[in-house]
Amino acid sequence: MKPARFVYHAPTTLDATLQLLAELNVDAKLLAGGQSLIPMLNMRLVRPGHLIDLQHVSELAGIHERDGGVAIGAMTRQRQVERSPLVAERIPLLAEAIRHVGHLPIRTRGTIGGSIAHADPAAELPGVLLALDGTVRLASARGERTVAARDFFVDILTTAAEPDELVREVWFPSLPPRSGSAWLEVARRHGDYALVGVGAVVTLADDGQAVAAARLCFISVAGRPVQATQAEAALRGAPVTPATWREAGALVREELDPPADLHASAHYRRHVAGVLAERVLELAARRAQEGAGR
Amino acid sequence: MSTNGVERKRIRLTVNGAPVERDVEARLLLSDFLRHELGLTGTHVGCEHGVCGACTVLVDGEPARSCLMFAVQADGHTVETVEGLATGDDALHPLQRAFWEKHGLQCGYCTPGMLMVLKAFLAENPNPTEGEVREAISGNLCRCTGYQNIVEAALEAARLMRQLS
Repeated sequence: MKPARFVYHAPTTLDATLQLLAELNVDAKLLAGGQSLIPMLNMRLVRPGHLIDLQHVSELAGIHERDGGVAIGAMTRQRQVERSPLVAERIPLLAEAIRHVGHLPIRTRGTIGGSIAHADPAAELPGVLLALDGTVRLASARGERTVAARDFFVDILTTAAEPDELVREVWFPSLPPRSGSAWLEVARRHGDYALVGVGAVVTLADDGQAVAAARLCFISVAGRPVQATQAEAALRGAPVTPATWREAGALVREELDPPADLHASAHYRRHVAGVLAERVLELAARRAQEGAGR
Repeated sequence: MSTNGVERKRIRLTVNGAPVERDVEARLLLSDFLRHELGLTGTHVGCEHGVCGACTVLVDGEPARSCLMFAVQADGHTVETVEGLATGDDALHPLQRAFWEKHGLQCGYCTPGMLMVLKAFLAENPNPTEGEVREAISGNLCRCTGYQNIVEAALEAARLMRQLS
């Protein structure tokens, strides 16, 4: 398996990259970590005329605290995010979920921006970004704009980014006080794409006995990461009890409409989603109570 | 640079400690560069889409699939392959010794990838649990051993390397 010919570009500044992208437009693909793009090139599922390698664009790398959260440059490797003490402390859901992304030799190359821009419906990072209500900063020669995760992911491998735009940075907000988060997934083997994955954030009321707000987002159950809005609504004001998590799980099973594929039937995915919802909410609530912030 | 209309790019990198300079086509995978341009056929090619792990090498000390990198991306970087492990015929790397002694291979196809991913893993975690070893090699497929002896070899290698350090 060999990729078809392409013209290789290795710009060193963001301006030069955006200029190239403006000129080449749909005939170019951006090469970040290449862990999804290169398999597609090898199998000739995509045959771009030009490849723009982003590895030398230093403006695209780095992890910074910003606006009550953490901003991560698109070319930051997943392994760097996994090792970052700042991410572990401020965005524990990301630190927890990123260990499920592929395998170690994938995460050393794979980037945060690449995963977000690729928008695989089974990928963890888009699910984490939606669960935390984060944003994506897009840049083009025309300027910059910020898009909320809920608007960014459109469908399978499809995002709100235009052909001349690149993902410059991804921003994850920190949790509010009295909150806990958790990530769970079921996969055939460690490192495989999840059959179902879920991220939860639970914020407790002042007395710690009721749920003030909850976010519950699933991957691998639709063409894009989905928020279980009905379960979230039912959780608001509910007591912190096993029955609450059980009921939320039942609502999730009603509200999701997962597809069947050769890895799992729709029925199985719906069942697993309910079970995982119950467990992930319980775990997130316990972490909120323990003040672990996770 | 162009030969017969095919664009080539000059790359300079370090492979197993030695400087290397070549003109390569942009679409040449790092795995094919190592095997066909440099003759380093110890790096095995299995699936060529990042699933099997046989082609794993170290890039700047970190394990990476050489089939999921173009040679041009390695320009300016350091690459280590299985050929760089042993310092001589009678001086196997502790990982190689442990694989030999614990029977950590049968056909040997997955072995170079296993050795390279474990080299990076043990450098970071010199005293791993069995579970950690299993997770570290979870991206490397073996169709012969059932993994048991590979895990034992990795734990043995960790012991040998701790004694040496």
